[in-house]
Amino acid sequence: LQSPCSQHLRYQYFNDLYKMTNHHASCTLLYKKPFVESFEETPLLVAVLTYMGYGILTIFGYLRDFLRDWKFEKCHLAREREEQKDFVPLYQDFENFYTRNLYMRIRDNWNRPICSVPGAKMDLVERVTPDYNWTFEHTGNVLKDVINMGSYNYLGFAENTGTCADAASECTVKYGVGVSSTRQEIGNLDKHEELEKLVAGFLGVESSMAFGMGFATNSMNIPALTGKGCLILSDELNHASLVLGARLSGSTIRVFKHNNMQSLEKLLRDAIVHGQPRTHRPWKKILILVEGIYSMEGSIVRLPEVIALKKKYEAYLYLDEAHSIGALGPRGRGVVDYFGLDPSDVDIMMGTFTKSFGAAGGYIGGKKELIDYLRLHSHSAIHATSMSPPITQQIITSMKCIMGEDGTTLGQERLCQLSENTTYFRRRLHEMGFIIYGNNDSPVVPLMLYMPAKIGAFGREMLKRNIGTVVVGFPATPIIESRARFCVSAAHTREMLDKALNAISEVGDLLQLKYSRKNRHGSEGTDCFSFLESHQD
Amino acid sequence: MAAGQQWVLVEMVQAFYEAPAYHLILEGILILWIIRLLFSKTYKLQERSDLTEKEKEELIEEWQPEPLVPLVSKDHPSLNYDVVTGPPSHRIIVNGKECINFASFNFLGLLDSERVKLKALSSLKKYGVGTCGPRGFYGTFDVHLELEERLAKFMRTEEAIIYSYGFATIASAIPAYSKRGDIVFVDEAACFSIQKGLQASRSFVKYFKHNDMEDLERLLKEQEIEDQKNPRKAKVIRRFIVVEGLYINTADLCPLPELVKLKYKYKVRIFLEESMSFGVLGEHGRGVTEHFGVNIDDIDLISANMENALASIGGFCCGRSFVIDHQRLSGQGYCFSASLPPMLASAAIEALNIMEEDPGVFRVLRDKCKHVHKALQGTPGLKVAGEPLAPALHLQLENSTGSRTNDLKLLRAIVDYSLERRIALTLARYLDKEERFLPPPSIRVVVTVEQTQEEIEKAAQCIREAAVKILK
Repeated sequence: LQSPCSQHLRYQYFNDLYKMTNHHASCTLLYKKPFVESFEETPLLVAVLTYMGYGILTIFGYLRDFLRDWKFEKCHLAREREEQKDFVPLYQDFENFYTRNLYMRIRDNWNRPICSVPGAKMDLVERVTPDYNWTFEHTGNVLKDVINMGSYNYLGFAENTGTCADAASECTVKYGVGVSSTRQEIGNLDKHEELEKLVAGFLGVESSMAFGMGFATNSMNIPALTGKGCLILSDELNHASLVLGARLSGSTIRVFKHNNMQSLEKLLRDAIVHGQPRTHRPWKKILILVEGIYSMEGSIVRLPEVIALKKKYEAYLYLDEAHSIGALGPRGRGVVDYFGLDPSDVDIMMGTFTKSFGAAGGYIGGKKELIDYLRLHSHSAIHATSMSPPITQQIITSMKCIMGEDGTTLGQERLCQLSENTTYFRRRLHEMGFIIYGNNDSPVVPLMLYMPAKIGAFGREMLKRNIGTVVVGFPATPIIESRARFCVSAAHTREMLDKALNAISEVGDLLQLKYSRKNRHGSEGTDCFSFLESHQD
Repeated sequence: MAAGQQWVLVEMVQAFYEAPAYHLILEGILILWIIRLLFSKTYKLQERSDLTEKEKEELIEEWQPEPLVPLVSKDHPSLNYDVVTGPPSHRIIVNGKECINFASFNFLGLLDSERVKLKALSSLKKYGVGTCGPRGFYGTFDVHLELEERLAKFMRTEEAIIYSYGFATIASAIPAYSKRGDIVFVDEAACFSIQKGLQASRSFVKYFKHNDMEDLERLLKEQEIEDQKNPRKAKVIRRFIVVEGLYINTADLCPLPELVKLKYKYKVRIFLEESMSFGVLGEHGRGVTEHFGVNIDDIDLISANMENALASIGGFCCGRSFVIDHQRLSGQGYCFSASLPPMLASAAIEALNIMEEDPGVFRVLRDKCKHVHKALQGTPGLKVAGEPLAPALHLQLENSTGSRTNDLKLLRAIVDYSLERRIALTLARYLDKEERFLPPPSIRVVVTVEQTQEEIEKAAQCIREAAVKILK
């Protein structure tokens, strides 16, 4: 079985027998449909060139710092006050080295102001920079109808007309905008209770609780659930809010390799057998933190296996469905629906309303005891303001639409449109020869750029062709794996996607981004046996 | 080439013969030792090698975790929230009864303002509801930029930055500047979000007694002595003082002029949290710096939330660009969270407009605060905690029963009695186990500009009756 060394593909199939332990042999039955994820390895030449690129940038960075220090070059940086010059410096020079010398060069790709609905097409405010991105000026012009491939608008509910907007308007007139109090004091509106019942019905759990900010939902509730003497097993690539919540709880944190069930199982076994470090007392609780869709990789969590492990070792599962709620599954109920599992198997289902519902805020769903406990002990219920009424109304209307309770089939249509768009978009990009990461069904599509100069170039070239994209580099991703990230939406029509794909192909040829080395003809390579067959000679 | 190699080999063999014996023996022993190390098994410190597979399986079988959450009794007093039907305005409907609102932090009465609602509506018609992205990825709207400019202009600072949630504002700002190894001096009565920010920053935290400048100076002097022992380390450790303008837990002011003096004497930076004093103190509502006449550039960072006086949602930090710009890349609640919905930002802008147009409203609010403070004095069994200037006062029990649960029961009975008589009050809520210095149980009384003289008299009368009846 000789695979060419330049083709290192890691396709993980449910019938990939030679990799599994005895435990996993039974996992084949857990997946009802093929689980196809790919993370093609970086080609060697590209890796070398990327490191070289960063090296050159660093050298130039030092040179420019030197010139700025010795006043050969005008320094645009804000300075400390004269009166406070002898205070301990607020920032270490090296902390900001990356910001000053690398980020500043391509800063115009981020924080682009928009002045319309963040729907499938948006209007961008035109900015020019007279001094290489140190300051920006608004020319007063507006770039109209830029195709939006960057906003998290999976089901297209970011709109200013239609039933959702009308309901939110009525609610604003009736309730006003602010609440000015916390849930436990006098900020608990009837709208919040209505929302919580609806969310519980949507997820298929006993009860739920809603919070005003998605980030804060994680950082304020994980500390309420675990504490000292508990163990948190967190995925390598978890979001900053999960990491912050785990840190604030005071529990011991151990990290397992991304989506790797063997690594997770090993950690679980070691934890239970050896107990707490040094004292070897048994752990009070073990909590596994995973996300539904990982937004930087586009991968979907292996939920059936995680649940099997959780049941075997009696751990608790915290599932963060920030990106997957509304975007996955035949009925839009998230990753649990996608795999056809039972929602009561997941102890704590958390998610946000920002992405698929076009609002803001977060929720936690689970058994009644859990939610009652959170109502009493969550930091948010006691110290943080409750959700604004029109936002609550937007969530209620959009959720009813997805569930079909508003009497139309609009929700179901949007779900189908999203999954069609995702499949089409990924297939075309794959055929063009780009390296894209992640699961075939995930609407988050990362496209690899690798080299630092291409990050800026890609963003700017796409904007010239009237397409708004998101590019990410270090430190959100590993240093050589910078990428562009597309978010497919149900609001995108086939024409928009085609236009975007043509532009991407053009820019890809211009910047030589079509790195993929695998055979791109249609259906080959999607079936384990044909893959093995083709390498038999 | 081969001849050259051979020649080198001959030289090597010659050197070998000429070397002294002990040298060769030493080299030989070293080579043998290296070979042994290469082939010996590595020593694993963590694994107990005395457990067999069977024993491990038994341990795994036996282990029982605690339940995910401890049981909560059905009649826990805080389990059933008071339900507000309709808008939380001046006349608020709590649990089905229409009451006068003495509980929401609606200081300037802007929750009911028609102008604010209309502005929010027009923003909704233009932008929709949500922003569908963080600030870095098409989540920056022109209204956000406008609000930041307006806030910076209003507070007379260089720059302002907006967060989408009030709690997250100071809790993200502190860890952006203060890291492991830095020192923060905090007042004991600091609110919960400051405590969470400090915990996230992993710095050394030193608490000084509430509003006690001598205690703070003592701590600063101790730190100075430490610095002299280790001047190199002292040059890199950053120091901060975190205080609130008007404390939410004790309703009194911080002595800002003395703090500024201490700042320059000991070279410490000041972070000021102004959630309760923004839009309340000062001639134009600019907060405690205007109240005391302190130069705003002397304060490194001012943080406030827009959920009290501005009657919107969210928070902001303002200060010099040198300080604030850093948060755009390292404030966690800013970079990793979706931005503030544009209709809420528009509402805040309109509220700022109203504040700027009518600076007389702040004097009206202050007069009402004094009035309420006076009216509540002399309530039998209850004492008023807070300054006459503060719009959110606490009513504490003069003589505690000894147990916190019983105190809370009594206070809750007073609140229920007032609700029956159509005055909406609330208990001040705390997390019993998580607070650093748990304040005593109290009732929160909030003053707003919409309350009339009669309503204040009625409320004071009602509380007096309740106290007499329940605390006899």
